[in-house]
Amino acid sequence: MTWNDIEITGWGRARRSRAEVARPERRQPLASLSGEGPAIGMRRSYGDGMQNGGGRLIDMTRLDRLLEFDATTGHLRVEAGAQIGDLARIFAPQGWLPAVMPGTGFATIGGAIANDVHGKNHHTVGSFGQHVAAIRLIRNGKTRDVTPDKDPDLFRATVGGLGQTGIIAEAVLKLMPTKGDLMMVTERRVADWDEHVELLERSTAPYSVGWIDATATGDRLGRGILEEGETGTGLVPKRGAGRKVPFDAPHFALSSPVVRLFNAAYWRRVPASGRTVVKPISDFFFPLDRIRDWNRLYGKRGFHQFQCVVPPENVDRLRDMLAQIADAGIASPLSVLKRMGPGRGGMLSFPMEGFTLAVDFPNRPGAAALIEVLNGMTEAAGGRVYFAKDALLRPERVAGMYPELAAWRAEVARADPEGRMQTDLTRRLKLRG
Amino acid sequence: MQETWIILGATSSMARAFVREVAAKGASVLLCGRDMADLRALAADAHLRGAPDSVAMAFDARKPETFGPIIERARGIDGMLSAAVFVGSMPPQSAIDADPALIDGTVTDSYTGPARFLHMLAPLLEARGTGRVIGVGSVAGDRGRLPNYVYGSSKAGFHAYLSGLRNRLGRSGVHVLTVKPGVIDTAMTWGLPGIRGAALPEDAAAAMLKAADRRRNVVYVPGKWRIIMTVIRLIPEPLFKKLKI
Repeated sequence: MTWNDIEITGWGRARRSRAEVARPERRQPLASLSGEGPAIGMRRSYGDGMQNGGGRLIDMTRLDRLLEFDATTGHLRVEAGAQIGDLARIFAPQGWLPAVMPGTGFATIGGAIANDVHGKNHHTVGSFGQHVAAIRLIRNGKTRDVTPDKDPDLFRATVGGLGQTGIIAEAVLKLMPTKGDLMMVTERRVADWDEHVELLERSTAPYSVGWIDATATGDRLGRGILEEGETGTGLVPKRGAGRKVPFDAPHFALSSPVVRLFNAAYWRRVPASGRTVVKPISDFFFPLDRIRDWNRLYGKRGFHQFQCVVPPENVDRLRDMLAQIADAGIASPLSVLKRMGPGRGGMLSFPMEGFTLAVDFPNRPGAAALIEVLNGMTEAAGGRVYFAKDALLRPERVAGMYPELAAWRAEVARADPEGRMQTDLTRRLKLRG
Repeated sequence: MQETWIILGATSSMARAFVREVAAKGASVLLCGRDMADLRALAADAHLRGAPDSVAMAFDARKPETFGPIIERARGIDGMLSAAVFVGSMPPQSAIDADPALIDGTVTDSYTGPARFLHMLAPLLEARGTGRVIGVGSVAGDRGRLPNYVYGSSKAGFHAYLSGLRNRLGRSGVHVLTVKPGVIDTAMTWGLPGIRGAALPEDAAAAMLKAADRRRNVVYVPGKWRIIMTVIRLIPEPLFKKLKI
C-alpha cells in the first residue's frame, strides 16, 4: 500500500494539516489498514474532522460500489465511499431516493453515517442514521456487521461517531419511494424573522428550508426566501455543465459590500408574489454542487461555518444571533434556517427538536471571536453546535451540549482502545477524554 | 444490438470507470481480472448501474490457461462482442535494474499476455463482423525514456500489436482503438513524487468511449498529451540520450 504525504483540509479550508494517506482501490487491503488511522471520504465537512496531522488517513473514495438492491423493500447495500448524489441520480428514475440527503451530493455514505447528517426534511423523516439498517465495520483487522437490534450501543456509537469506532466499509441503506426525479418547489419571499419561523412551523411540505439574508438589519432582520418542495415526475430540459472556480478568489471577492449586494439581488430573484418551479432533484438538494470548488470564492484564507440547533421555545435566540452577526459587520452570503424534529440516530448526533441555523463567514479577523460568542449563546439556549461544520468550539462546551458523551466515550474506548482513529477534531474537542 | 464488453484488468481505476460508462449505456459486461471478490463487487455495481448482464471471471495475463474459458464464454454470448484491455504493470525502474528478471513479467502483463488473448478473440469478432477493441497503451510507449523504459518498451510493443490488429480486424468491420493515457490519478500514480495535473479516471474513460464511438484510431487521453509526446518524439536522439525526462 502506497502512502501519499499530502496536506488535508476540509471544505472551509481554514484549518489544514499534513498526513500520510492511503487510497485503497480494492477491499482486500482494508483489514490490514484498519489500525493505521481514521477513514475519510470526500472531505465535505467544514472543519478538521477529516484531518490527522502527522498521522495516517485512509481515503475510502475509491471503494464506492453499489452491491445489492432489493426493489421491493428499497434496501441498498453499498460501499462506504459511494457518494449520495450518485445514489440519488441512479435510483430516482427507478422511484427510490435516499431518505435523508445533506446539502452536497458529494458527501460519502461513510461520512453521512459518521456525522449522522440531516437534510431539508428532518422534521418529517429524521436523520441519516435512522435509515441505515446495517453497518459493516472493520476494527483491528476484524470485520463485523453492526445492526441497531443486535448491537444497539455500538451502532449508536458509530452513527454520528465521527469514525471513531473503526472503518465504515459498507452499509445497508433504506431508500424511500419517490414519485420521480424532479422536485416541485414553491419559493416565496419572507419579510422578517417572525414570518420565517411561522411559515416554517406551519409548513406541511415534506422538504422545506429558509434562506436568510444575514446582512438585513432592523425590521428586515431575518428576511429571506422560503423554499418548500415535494418530489414529482415529469420532464425538464437538460442543463448544461456546471461551472468550476478555477483559482482562489482575491480576499475582497466576498467583501461585505459585495455580499450585501448579492444578498439583495438574491432576495429579489423570487417575485413578490412567489412562484412554483420544477427542478431536477439535484438542483434542489445540492444547489451549490454545480459550482465546483465554490469554496475557493472565499480565497486562500477560507471560511468558517457556524451551525447550531436550539429547542423550539428558544427559537428567538437565533434571531439574537442574526442581530449579533449583522452588527459585527462580517457579511455572510449564506445563511440557512430549517426546522428539526427529534429524530437522531446516535449518541453524538447533532439533531434535536427545534430550529437550526447555519451561517457562513469569510475567515476574516473577528470571525473567530464572533463564532465564539455564537457558540456561547447556543450553549446558553440549551442547544448544540454541529461537529461537521465546526472548527472553533471550545472543548469545555461539549459535555453540556452532548449529554451522551460519557456513554459514547465508553463504547469507543472498547472499539478503539489505543485511540488510533483520532482526528484533529476529536483531539481539539477532547471528545475521547 | 446488445453489446457485451469483455474487460481485461477490470479492477483498475480506469477500467472501473469505463465499466460504469458502458453499463450506463445498457451494455453487458464480462469482467476479467485476478481479484475475484473485487470483480464480483464490480459486477454487482455494473448491473445496478444498467448492465443487463454482468459476470466476473478469472484472468491473469501471466496464466494463459485462464484465457480459454473466457473465450468459450464469449462464444456463447449473442449480439455484439467488444473488448477493452486495461492490464499492465509498471514496477519501479530501480526495482527492475536490481532484478532484471522483472522485465519478463512487465512485458507479459502489458504486451504479450493481452496480445495472446486478443489473438484468440479475433476470430470470434471477425466471424460476427461487428464490435470494437480498445487497447490501453501509454504515452510511455512513444519513446523509451530513462525513468521507465522497460514499461515503455512493453507498451510500445503493445501499440505495434494493436496497429497490426487494427489492420486485420478492420477488414471484417471490427474497429480497434489504441488509447495512450498520460498521467491518470490511479493507484499506479498515487504517492509518486512530482505528479501534477493527473486526470481523473472518469474523464479518461469517457474520452475513450467517445473515441471508440467515433472510430478514431489512436487517441491520447487527456488530449494535450498528443502535443507533449510529439515534442518528445521529435527531440533528436543525440540530444535525447542525454536527457533525464
